[in-house]
Amino acid sequence: MSSATERLSRLLALVPWLRAHPGVSLADAAATFGIIQGQLRNDLDLLFVCGLPGGAPGDLIDLSYSGDQITVADPQTLDRPLRLSVDEATALLVAARALADIPGLAGRDALDRALEKLERAVGSSGRLAGQVRVSLDAAPGTTAARTSTSEAGASEAGEPEPVLAVLQEALRDRRRVHLRYLVWSRDELTERDVDPMRLLVREGRWYLEGWCHRAEAVRLFRLDRLDGVRLLDVAADPPPDAVSREVGDGVYQPGPGDVRVVLELAPPARWVADYYPVTDARELGGGGLEVTLYAGETTWLHRLVLGLGADVRVAAPAALAEEVRRLARRALAAYGPSAHGPAVDEPGRALPRAATVAAGGGDATGTTGAGEPAGPGGPGGPGGAGASADGR
Amino acid sequence: MERLLNLTMCLMATSRFLAVSELGELVEGYEPGVTAEEQDAFRRMFERDKAYLREIGIPLETGRGSVFSDEVGYRIHRGDYALPDLALAPDEAAALALAGSLWSVAALAGPAASALRKLAASGVSAPGGGEGGGTVTVGEARRDADAGGAAAVGLGMLDGFEPRVDAAEPAFEACLAAVQTGRVIRFPYRKVGDAEVVERHVEPWGVLSWRGRWYLVGHDLRRGAERVFRLSRVAGAVRLVGPAGAVVVPADVDLSAMVSAQAPAERVRTATLAVRQGTCHALRRGAQAVSTGCIPPARPRPVFPADMDLLERTFTDTERFARWIVGSGPDVLVLDPPELRTAVIDRLRAAAGPAAEGEGR
Repeated sequence: MSSATERLSRLLALVPWLRAHPGVSLADAAATFGIIQGQLRNDLDLLFVCGLPGGAPGDLIDLSYSGDQITVADPQTLDRPLRLSVDEATALLVAARALADIPGLAGRDALDRALEKLERAVGSSGRLAGQVRVSLDAAPGTTAARTSTSEAGASEAGEPEPVLAVLQEALRDRRRVHLRYLVWSRDELTERDVDPMRLLVREGRWYLEGWCHRAEAVRLFRLDRLDGVRLLDVAADPPPDAVSREVGDGVYQPGPGDVRVVLELAPPARWVADYYPVTDARELGGGGLEVTLYAGETTWLHRLVLGLGADVRVAAPAALAEEVRRLARRALAAYGPSAHGPAVDEPGRALPRAATVAAGGGDATGTTGAGEPAGPGGPGGPGGAGASADGR
Repeated sequence: MERLLNLTMCLMATSRFLAVSELGELVEGYEPGVTAEEQDAFRRMFERDKAYLREIGIPLETGRGSVFSDEVGYRIHRGDYALPDLALAPDEAAALALAGSLWSVAALAGPAASALRKLAASGVSAPGGGEGGGTVTVGEARRDADAGGAAAVGLGMLDGFEPRVDAAEPAFEACLAAVQTGRVIRFPYRKVGDAEVVERHVEPWGVLSWRGRWYLVGHDLRRGAERVFRLSRVAGAVRLVGPAGAVVVPADVDLSAMVSAQAPAERVRTATLAVRQGTCHALRRGAQAVSTGCIPPARPRPVFPADMDLLERTFTDTERFARWIVGSGPDVLVLDPPELRTAVIDRLRAAAGPAAEGEGR
């Protein structure tokens, strides 16, 4: 849209909007239309001299702004807004359908009713809305993986999204919840009481933002890592200084103590750049890619690098490279001596005795889990190796 | 701009079709002129204005001005012009306001905001005329809902819910525009795992956001088949090459199905794993504990360390599942099936580096 059509469109909407908001201030009107007050004054001054043929005072749009109040006495023919354009209808319909399609979202009935009215009102302007789609399916795994958890809001197996419903109820009633939460980066199951503040969807993932009483700080919790939610009979009472994190630039924000990690990815591992918060990517010869990322904790990096096997080389830091080699050797030892050699191992044979395996794991420490990367996991997208649940 | 507004209002006010020459006389801002050159300039100006009005969606009707005239006339039927009153209840208005705030991508956020302004310009009535009754508008209903105000009765379930959909992919806007105008596009594309960039020539059918990422669905002209492209893998500028309206989208296209069906259906198999107690919580989700007592006597009892649990978990893609398991290092031991065990061992060997192979010999 050119600037001329954009302004014409705004002026045609402005007159009926002002009529519907008698006495509105210049500041509020300008904010609603996303323009500065000077531009709004120009618009009003322009409208003031427009009208029907004849140009007599009674034929012109009659509006005034005195002090800070705008009043439209006579809009002439512009008493109703222009119907929605194809772009407008598409943008609003696609968004409303995306929300209405969320399984288990409470409050959907209002959306469904509004959507029906909107579809009827836009008519043929909505014809392209089917060609743009947003799929905001609720946190994957919140149904299936929950069957063993008696704590979830609805206990019945297979019931759609009990976790989402419980959290929405907590938000509406301002009640505290108890969470069983998997801190993915440390592979640690944690229990905590949280005062919910917001329910967010960012980059296709669902998060609960709330005041965590364990961390005594505002934390984000991914819904697909919740292992159980219980609504408590306690009013949510986040401290007044609990402020929402600004999540506009992606959910993961590097902290000052983060370690710089440089990985050299072979072609089969290029997808890592799409799924992890890399800050820099550089093409290497032969289709490889060098990526740089920052991480506060390295447990999840151990897992990523180990899993990639021969498709990754840790260029920095050296300690990460060494730790990964150490873990791989320990893991390999459990498969017995034949695993080291070239012979293919056979199942049910040469399995180690308990005594030969060193106790591992357990390196989880007490720091909080909010600074996890937004997208650890395998290529879950259809363009990746597949969309099964394995790499979630 | 005055002229465009005056023209719009004039065409709305008339009930009969007004000829171009009449509009030249009536509408403030036109100078029809007398010489052929001046009249030409006026006609060109009118054609441009007409295009502007149509561009923003004003329905211009054409017809014969009068039985005595052959000249084409214009008017705007006010019923076609005006957005019908949606008669939204406050909770419905709030729901649409929430929907309008979904986009953080400019190409959709702008139109969504102007759609909401139009809805707000067409005051909606609150049913039952509750407290503060009368008329609410879309923006106000949402604000009340945010503030937990009196008008927010029944809105609470969407309270505190802030979904956002972004499109960081540089190719998004051009692909959206191509879909909306029905134009063929060309773009350089890099398939996953490929270093090589290949030029693609595609009839776009739709764009879809799935699991937080945008995809283009269309008909690949060179390959003569349906294809799904991930926009983050578009490796350069998207060029709109064909005329508008050239792309005909098949009626039965299901974007979601095409995108989610990208992964070939695979055989689901079950792995038997020994997992160290207190670890691998992510792996345990969706896994079944195996009671060793249930193993038929014909099968050898698996041997595994005492501090591990025996689990069964389904998987489809051996390499991906192996990657995941290897990530857990010494905390998981694969007992079955053999091909998974082999894949895990191969990856562990690669990660262990040359020293491990030396140790093994």
